[in-house]
Amino acid sequence: MKLAIASGKGGTGKSMVAANLAFTLAMDSQVSLVDCDVEEPNLHLFFPSDPMTRDVTLPIPVIDELICTYCGKCGEFCRYGAISVLPKKLLFFADLCHSCGGCVLVCPEKAIHEEPKRIGTLSVSTPLPGLKLVTGMLDTGSPLAVPIIHEVKKETSDDPIVILDTAPGTSCPVVEALEGCDACILVTESTPFGLHDLGLAADVTERLGIPAGVIINRSDGKDEETLRFCAEHGLDVMLTIPFSREIASIQSRGDLLCRVQPEWQKEFRSLFIKSKLLAKEDL
Amino acid sequence: MKVCITAQGADLEAKVEERFGRAPYFIIVDSETGSFEAIANPFINGSGGVGPKAAKLIIDRQADVLISGLLGGNAQSVLDSAGIVQYVYHDGGTVSAALDAFRKNALNKVN
Repeated sequence: MKLAIASGKGGTGKSMVAANLAFTLAMDSQVSLVDCDVEEPNLHLFFPSDPMTRDVTLPIPVIDELICTYCGKCGEFCRYGAISVLPKKLLFFADLCHSCGGCVLVCPEKAIHEEPKRIGTLSVSTPLPGLKLVTGMLDTGSPLAVPIIHEVKKETSDDPIVILDTAPGTSCPVVEALEGCDACILVTESTPFGLHDLGLAADVTERLGIPAGVIINRSDGKDEETLRFCAEHGLDVMLTIPFSREIASIQSRGDLLCRVQPEWQKEFRSLFIKSKLLAKEDL
Repeated sequence: MKVCITAQGADLEAKVEERFGRAPYFIIVDSETGSFEAIANPFINGSGGVGPKAAKLIIDRQADVLISGLLGGNAQSVLDSAGIVQYVYHDGGTVSAALDAFRKNALNKVN
Protein backbone atom coordinates (compact mmCIF):
# COMPACT_ATOMS: atom_id res chain seq x y z
CA MET A 1 0.00 0.00 0.00
CA LYS A 2 1.50 3.28 -1.13
CA LEU A 3 -0.47 6.20 0.26
CA ALA A 4 0.38 9.78 -0.65
CA ILE A 5 -0.56 12.83 1.40
CA ALA A 6 -0.91 15.91 -0.81
CA SER A 7 -2.68 19.25 -0.55
CA GLY A 8 -2.35 21.85 -3.23
CA LYS A 9 -2.17 24.66 -0.69
CA GLY A 10 0.81 24.70 1.65
CA GLY A 11 0.40 24.65 5.42
CA THR A 12 -2.86 22.69 5.50
CA GLY A 13 -1.41 19.89 7.62
CA LYS A 14 0.05 17.24 5.28
CA SER A 15 2.98 16.51 7.53
CA MET A 16 0.77 16.48 10.63
CA VAL A 17 -1.48 13.88 9.01
CA ALA A 18 1.43 11.82 7.65
CA ALA A 19 3.30 11.82 10.97
CA ASN A 20 0.28 10.89 13.07
CA LEU A 21 -0.85 8.19 10.66
CA ALA A 22 2.62 6.64 10.56
CA PHE A 23 2.99 6.88 14.36
CA THR A 24 -0.33 5.12 14.91
CA LEU A 25 0.17 2.36 12.34
CA ALA A 26 3.76 1.71 13.49
CA MET A 27 2.44 0.47 16.86
CA ASP A 28 1.52 -2.86 15.28
CA SER A 29 2.79 -2.79 11.68
CA GLN A 30 5.97 -2.07 9.77
CA VAL A 31 5.52 1.40 8.26
CA SER A 32 7.74 3.49 6.01
CA LEU A 33 7.27 7.23 6.12
CA VAL A 34 8.80 9.11 3.20
CA ASP A 35 9.38 12.85 3.22
CA CYS A 36 9.06 13.81 -0.45
CA ASP A 37 9.02 17.54 0.32
CA VAL A 38 12.75 17.59 -0.41
CA GLU A 39 12.98 21.37 -0.62
CA GLU A 40 12.00 21.69 3.01
CA PRO A 41 11.51 18.32 4.68
CA ASN A 42 10.09 18.45 8.20
CA LEU A 43 9.02 14.94 9.30
CA HIS A 44 12.36 14.38 11.03
CA LEU A 45 11.33 17.13 13.47
CA PHE A 46 8.56 14.86 14.78
CA PHE A 47 10.81 11.80 14.84
CA PRO A 48 14.28 12.83 16.01
CA SER A 49 16.85 10.05 15.57
CA ASP A 50 20.32 9.45 14.16
CA PRO A 51 19.92 8.74 10.46
CA MET A 52 22.25 7.05 7.99
CA THR A 53 22.81 9.72 5.35
CA ARG A 54 24.22 9.38 1.86
CA ASP A 55 24.68 11.74 -1.05
CA VAL A 56 22.31 11.78 -4.00
CA THR A 57 24.19 12.52 -7.20
CA LEU A 58 23.41 13.05 -10.85
CA PRO A 59 25.78 12.40 -13.75
CA ILE A 60 26.90 15.58 -15.48
CA PRO A 61 29.10 15.80 -18.57
CA VAL A 62 32.79 16.64 -18.44
CA ILE A 63 34.16 17.70 -21.80
CA ASP A 64 37.82 17.13 -22.67
CA GLU A 65 38.75 20.27 -24.60
CA LEU A 66 41.95 18.61 -25.86
CA ILE A 67 39.82 16.17 -27.87
CA CYS A 68 36.86 18.48 -28.60
CA THR A 69 36.77 19.95 -32.11
CA TYR A 70 34.03 22.50 -31.22
CA CYS A 71 31.72 20.91 -33.80
CA GLY A 72 28.75 22.03 -31.66
CA LYS A 73 26.70 18.83 -31.90
CA CYS A 74 26.32 18.54 -28.11
CA GLY A 75 25.14 22.15 -27.80
CA GLU A 76 22.61 21.69 -30.60
CA PHE A 77 21.32 18.51 -28.98
CA CYS A 78 20.95 19.93 -25.47
CA ARG A 79 17.38 21.19 -25.20
CA TYR A 80 18.14 22.71 -21.80
CA GLY A 81 20.79 25.13 -23.05
CA ALA A 82 23.37 23.64 -20.68
CA ILE A 83 26.16 23.54 -23.25
CA SER A 84 27.18 26.48 -25.43
CA VAL A 85 29.82 25.77 -28.04
CA LEU A 86 31.54 28.83 -29.48
CA PRO A 87 34.15 28.69 -32.27
CA LYS A 88 37.05 28.11 -29.84
CA LYS A 89 35.39 27.87 -26.46
CA LEU A 90 32.98 25.70 -24.51
CA LEU A 91 30.64 26.76 -21.75
CA PHE A 92 28.82 24.28 -19.53
CA PHE A 93 26.08 25.37 -17.08
CA ALA A 94 25.69 22.56 -14.55
CA ASP A 95 22.48 24.03 -13.10
CA LEU A 96 20.74 23.79 -16.47
CA CYS A 97 21.80 20.16 -17.09
CA HIS A 98 19.11 17.51 -16.66
CA SER A 99 21.58 14.60 -16.84
CA CYS A 100 19.98 13.08 -19.91
CA GLY A 101 23.34 11.85 -21.24
CA GLY A 102 22.48 12.93 -24.78
CA CYS A 103 25.65 15.00 -25.23
CA VAL A 104 27.78 11.91 -24.52
CA LEU A 105 25.89 9.97 -27.19
CA VAL A 106 26.04 12.61 -29.93
CA CYS A 107 29.72 13.57 -29.50
CA PRO A 108 31.51 12.19 -32.59
CA GLU A 109 34.94 12.56 -30.92
CA LYS A 110 34.00 10.76 -27.67
CA ALA A 111 35.29 13.82 -25.86
CA ILE A 112 32.54 13.75 -23.21
CA HIS A 113 32.30 11.51 -20.16
CA GLU A 114 30.06 11.79 -17.11
CA GLU A 115 30.98 12.43 -13.48
CA PRO A 116 28.69 12.49 -10.45
CA LYS A 117 27.56 15.82 -9.04
CA ARG A 118 25.91 15.97 -5.63
CA ILE A 119 22.43 17.54 -5.59
CA GLY A 120 21.27 16.54 -2.11
CA THR A 121 21.07 13.79 0.47
CA LEU A 122 18.94 10.83 1.45
CA SER A 123 18.60 9.89 5.14
CA VAL A 124 17.16 6.69 6.59
CA SER A 125 16.40 6.24 10.28
CA THR A 126 14.37 4.05 12.62
CA PRO A 127 12.90 6.47 15.17
CA LEU A 128 10.39 3.89 16.48
CA PRO A 129 10.56 0.09 16.36
CA GLY A 130 7.98 -0.22 13.54
CA LEU A 131 8.85 2.97 11.71
CA LYS A 132 11.33 3.61 8.93
CA LEU A 133 11.73 7.29 8.11
CA VAL A 134 13.24 8.24 4.75
CA THR A 135 14.01 11.89 4.14
CA GLY A 136 15.23 13.46 0.93
CA MET A 137 16.92 16.83 1.18
CA LEU A 138 17.82 18.97 -1.81
CA ASP A 139 21.00 21.05 -1.46
CA THR A 140 20.44 24.80 -1.25
CA GLY A 141 20.77 26.27 -4.73
CA SER A 142 20.24 22.96 -6.50
CA PRO A 143 17.24 23.25 -8.83
CA LEU A 144 16.27 19.60 -9.43
CA ALA A 145 13.98 18.13 -6.77
CA VAL A 146 12.58 15.30 -8.89
CA PRO A 147 15.69 13.04 -8.95
CA ILE A 148 15.86 13.11 -5.12
CA ILE A 149 12.18 12.19 -4.84
CA HIS A 150 12.86 9.35 -7.27
CA GLU A 151 15.67 8.09 -4.98
CA VAL A 152 13.68 8.28 -1.72
CA LYS A 153 10.82 6.39 -3.34
CA LYS A 154 13.22 3.72 -4.58
CA GLU A 155 14.43 3.30 -0.99
CA THR A 156 10.94 2.12 0.03
CA SER A 157 9.75 0.49 -3.19
CA ASP A 158 9.41 -2.99 -1.65
CA ASP A 159 8.07 -1.94 1.76
CA PRO A 160 4.56 -3.11 2.73
CA ILE A 161 3.06 0.18 3.96
CA VAL A 162 4.50 3.40 2.59
CA ILE A 163 3.17 6.84 3.51
CA LEU A 164 4.50 9.61 1.27
CA ASP A 165 4.34 13.22 2.42
CA THR A 166 4.49 15.34 -0.74
CA ALA A 167 5.46 18.96 -1.35
CA PRO A 168 2.62 21.47 -1.58
CA GLY A 169 1.44 22.58 -4.99
CA THR A 170 0.81 20.62 -8.17
CA SER A 171 4.13 20.85 -10.01
CA CYS A 172 6.69 18.21 -11.02
CA PRO A 173 7.85 17.30 -7.47
CA VAL A 174 4.26 16.50 -6.49
CA VAL A 175 3.57 14.52 -9.65
CA GLU A 176 6.81 12.55 -9.14
CA ALA A 177 5.80 11.71 -5.55
CA LEU A 178 2.26 10.71 -6.58
CA GLU A 179 3.23 8.50 -9.47
CA GLY A 180 2.66 4.83 -8.68
CA CYS A 181 0.72 5.50 -5.46
CA ASP A 182 -2.37 3.41 -4.74
CA ALA A 183 -4.34 6.23 -3.12
CA CYS A 184 -3.97 9.86 -2.10
CA ILE A 185 -5.27 11.83 0.85
CA LEU A 186 -5.78 15.52 0.02
CA VAL A 187 -5.51 17.69 3.12
CA THR A 188 -7.40 20.96 2.92
CA GLU A 189 -8.64 23.67 5.26
CA SER A 190 -11.95 25.51 5.22
CA THR A 191 -10.65 28.72 3.64
CA PRO A 192 -11.11 30.00 0.08
CA PHE A 193 -7.42 29.33 -0.64
CA GLY A 194 -7.68 25.83 0.77
CA LEU A 195 -10.66 25.06 -1.43
CA HIS A 196 -9.17 26.62 -4.55
CA ASP A 197 -5.96 24.61 -4.28
CA LEU A 198 -7.85 21.46 -3.33
CA GLY A 199 -9.49 21.79 -6.73
CA LEU A 200 -6.10 21.92 -8.43
CA ALA A 201 -4.74 18.97 -6.46
CA ALA A 202 -7.88 16.88 -7.10
CA ASP A 203 -7.43 17.58 -10.80
CA VAL A 204 -3.88 16.20 -10.63
CA THR A 205 -4.86 12.98 -8.83
CA GLU A 206 -7.71 12.48 -11.28
CA ARG A 207 -5.42 12.89 -14.29
CA LEU A 208 -2.92 10.48 -12.76
CA GLY A 209 -5.73 8.00 -12.12
CA ILE A 210 -5.07 7.87 -8.38
CA PRO A 211 -8.14 7.50 -6.14
CA ALA A 212 -8.34 10.37 -3.67
CA GLY A 213 -10.16 11.34 -0.49
CA VAL A 214 -10.13 14.52 1.58
CA ILE A 215 -9.27 15.57 5.11
CA ILE A 216 -10.60 18.93 6.28
CA ASN A 217 -8.12 20.25 8.82
CA ARG A 218 -8.51 23.20 11.19
CA SER A 219 -12.24 23.07 10.51
CA ASP A 220 -14.22 25.97 11.94
CA GLY A 221 -17.41 24.01 11.46
CA LYS A 222 -18.38 26.04 8.39
CA ASP A 223 -17.22 23.63 5.73
CA GLU A 224 -20.29 23.78 3.47
CA GLU A 225 -18.41 24.92 0.36
CA THR A 226 -15.70 22.31 0.77
CA LEU A 227 -18.29 19.61 1.43
CA ARG A 228 -20.21 20.69 -1.67
CA PHE A 229 -17.05 20.56 -3.76
CA CYS A 230 -16.21 17.08 -2.45
CA ALA A 231 -19.73 15.82 -3.14
CA GLU A 232 -19.65 17.23 -6.68
CA HIS A 233 -16.30 15.59 -7.40
CA GLY A 234 -16.99 12.27 -5.74
CA LEU A 235 -14.36 12.84 -3.05
CA ASP A 236 -15.02 11.17 0.30
CA VAL A 237 -14.36 13.39 3.32
CA MET A 238 -12.39 10.85 5.33
CA LEU A 239 -11.69 12.89 8.45
CA THR A 240 -12.42 16.36 9.83
CA ILE A 241 -9.99 17.78 12.37
CA PRO A 242 -11.31 20.78 14.29
CA PHE A 243 -9.59 24.12 14.66
CA SER A 244 -8.10 23.80 18.12
CA ARG A 245 -5.50 25.75 20.01
CA GLU A 246 -4.53 22.59 21.86
CA ILE A 247 -3.80 20.68 18.62
CA ALA A 248 -1.83 23.63 17.26
CA SER A 249 0.20 23.75 20.43
CA ILE A 250 1.02 20.02 20.32
CA GLN A 251 2.04 20.35 16.70
CA SER A 252 4.17 23.44 17.19
CA ARG A 253 6.26 21.88 19.92
CA GLY A 254 7.07 18.98 17.61
CA ASP A 255 4.86 16.49 19.39
CA LEU A 256 2.21 14.22 17.91
CA LEU A 257 -1.53 14.54 18.43
CA CYS A 258 -1.89 10.74 18.56
CA ARG A 259 0.77 10.46 21.28
CA VAL A 260 -0.59 13.25 23.48
CA GLN A 261 -4.26 12.45 22.91
CA PRO A 262 -4.35 8.68 22.22
CA GLU A 263 -8.08 8.82 21.49
CA TRP A 264 -7.10 10.23 18.07
CA GLN A 265 -5.40 6.94 17.16
CA LYS A 266 -8.83 5.44 16.47
CA GLU A 267 -9.53 8.23 13.97
CA PHE A 268 -6.24 7.65 12.18
CA ARG A 269 -6.74 3.88 12.08
CA SER A 270 -10.14 4.50 10.55
CA LEU A 271 -8.49 6.89 8.07
CA PHE A 272 -6.13 4.13 6.99
CA ILE A 273 -8.98 1.65 6.50
CA LYS A 274 -10.79 4.24 4.34
CA SER A 275 -7.59 4.72 2.35
CA LYS A 276 -7.36 0.99 1.72
CA LEU A 277 -10.97 1.04 0.55
CA LEU A 278 -10.09 3.90 -1.80
CA ALA A 279 -7.20 1.84 -3.17
CA LYS A 280 -9.55 -1.16 -3.44
CA GLU A 281 -7.21 -3.19 -1.25
CA ASP A 282 -8.35 -6.11 0.87
CA LEU A 283 -8.88 -5.13 4.48
CA MET B 1 29.05 46.74 -37.12
CA LYS B 2 26.09 44.44 -36.46
CA VAL B 3 23.79 45.54 -33.67
CA CYS B 4 21.22 43.07 -32.31
CA ILE B 5 18.15 44.52 -30.59
CA THR B 6 15.49 42.42 -28.86
CA ALA B 7 12.06 43.38 -30.18
CA GLN B 8 8.36 42.67 -29.85
CA GLY B 9 7.85 42.79 -33.63
CA ALA B 10 9.71 42.16 -36.86
CA ASP B 11 10.67 45.71 -37.91
CA LEU B 12 12.45 48.87 -36.76
CA GLU B 13 9.22 50.45 -35.50
CA ALA B 14 8.53 47.54 -33.15
CA LYS B 15 8.91 48.15 -29.42
CA VAL B 16 12.10 46.96 -27.78
CA GLU B 17 11.48 43.77 -25.77
CA GLU B 18 13.12 43.95 -22.37
CA ARG B 19 13.56 40.19 -21.95
CA PHE B 20 16.48 38.71 -23.85
CA GLY B 21 15.98 34.93 -24.00
CA ARG B 22 12.22 35.14 -24.50
CA ALA B 23 12.15 38.13 -26.86
CA PRO B 24 9.79 37.49 -29.80
CA TYR B 25 12.31 38.83 -32.34
CA PHE B 26 15.98 39.61 -32.67
CA ILE B 27 16.48 42.53 -35.06
CA ILE B 28 20.02 42.63 -36.40
CA VAL B 29 20.89 45.99 -37.92
CA ASP B 30 23.96 46.78 -39.98
CA SER B 31 24.89 50.13 -38.43
CA GLU B 32 26.79 51.27 -41.58
CA THR B 33 24.11 50.59 -44.20
CA GLY B 34 21.01 50.68 -41.98
CA SER B 35 19.75 47.40 -43.47
CA PHE B 36 18.28 44.92 -41.03
CA GLU B 37 17.16 41.36 -40.62
CA ALA B 38 14.44 40.14 -38.19
CA ILE B 39 14.87 36.68 -36.72
CA ALA B 40 11.88 35.08 -34.99
CA ASN B 41 13.11 33.62 -31.68
CA PRO B 42 12.75 29.83 -31.88
CA PHE B 43 13.27 29.48 -28.10
CA ILE B 44 10.46 31.81 -26.98
CA ASN B 45 8.41 29.00 -25.44
CA GLY B 46 11.34 26.84 -24.32
CA SER B 47 11.12 25.31 -20.87
CA GLY B 48 14.53 26.52 -19.74
CA GLY B 49 18.03 27.44 -20.79
CA VAL B 50 16.67 29.89 -23.37
CA GLY B 51 19.23 32.58 -22.43
CA PRO B 52 22.36 30.69 -23.52
CA LYS B 53 20.54 29.34 -26.58
CA ALA B 54 19.48 32.81 -27.70
CA ALA B 55 23.03 34.03 -27.04
CA LYS B 56 24.41 31.29 -29.29
CA LEU B 57 21.91 32.25 -31.99
CA ILE B 58 23.03 35.88 -32.14
CA ILE B 59 26.68 34.82 -31.98
CA ASP B 60 26.08 32.63 -35.04
CA ARG B 61 24.56 35.67 -36.75
CA GLN B 62 27.80 37.53 -36.01
CA ALA B 63 26.33 40.34 -33.96
CA ASP B 64 28.94 42.62 -32.37
CA VAL B 65 26.63 44.42 -29.95
CA LEU B 66 23.41 43.50 -28.13
CA ILE B 67 20.80 45.97 -26.89
CA SER B 68 18.20 44.48 -24.53
CA GLY B 69 16.62 44.98 -21.12
CA LEU B 70 17.08 42.03 -18.82
CA LEU B 71 19.86 39.54 -19.31
CA GLY B 72 20.46 36.40 -17.24
CA GLY B 73 23.88 35.40 -15.94
CA ASN B 74 24.21 32.37 -18.20
CA ALA B 75 23.38 34.37 -21.33
CA GLN B 76 25.87 37.03 -20.24
CA SER B 77 28.66 34.46 -19.82
CA VAL B 78 28.09 33.14 -23.34
CA LEU B 79 27.94 36.64 -24.87
CA ASP B 80 31.02 37.75 -22.90
CA SER B 81 32.93 34.69 -24.13
CA ALA B 82 32.15 35.65 -27.70
CA GLY B 83 33.09 39.29 -27.08
CA ILE B 84 29.60 40.66 -27.71
CA VAL B 85 29.17 43.96 -25.88
CA GLN B 86 25.80 44.25 -24.13
CA TYR B 87 23.87 47.48 -23.59
CA VAL B 88 20.74 48.13 -21.53
CA TYR B 89 17.73 49.96 -22.94
CA HIS B 90 14.83 50.67 -20.58
CA ASP B 91 13.01 53.60 -22.20
CA GLY B 92 10.14 51.58 -23.68
CA GLY B 93 10.71 52.96 -27.19
CA THR B 94 11.12 51.43 -30.63
CA VAL B 95 14.06 49.57 -32.11
CA SER B 96 14.91 52.74 -34.09
CA ALA B 97 14.88 54.82 -30.92
CA ALA B 98 17.18 52.34 -29.15
CA LEU B 99 19.51 52.39 -32.13
CA ASP B 100 19.62 56.22 -32.08
CA ALA B 101 20.41 56.17 -28.38
CA PHE B 102 23.19 53.67 -29.02
CA ARG B 103 24.66 55.84 -31.81
CA LYS B 104 24.63 58.85 -29.45
CA ASN B 105 26.48 56.79 -26.82
CA ALA B 106 23.51 57.26 -24.50
CA LEU B 107 23.20 53.61 -23.40
CA ASN B 108 24.87 51.96 -20.44
CA LYS B 109 26.74 48.70 -20.71
CA VAL B 110 25.41 45.68 -18.81
CA ASN B 111 27.58 45.23 -15.77
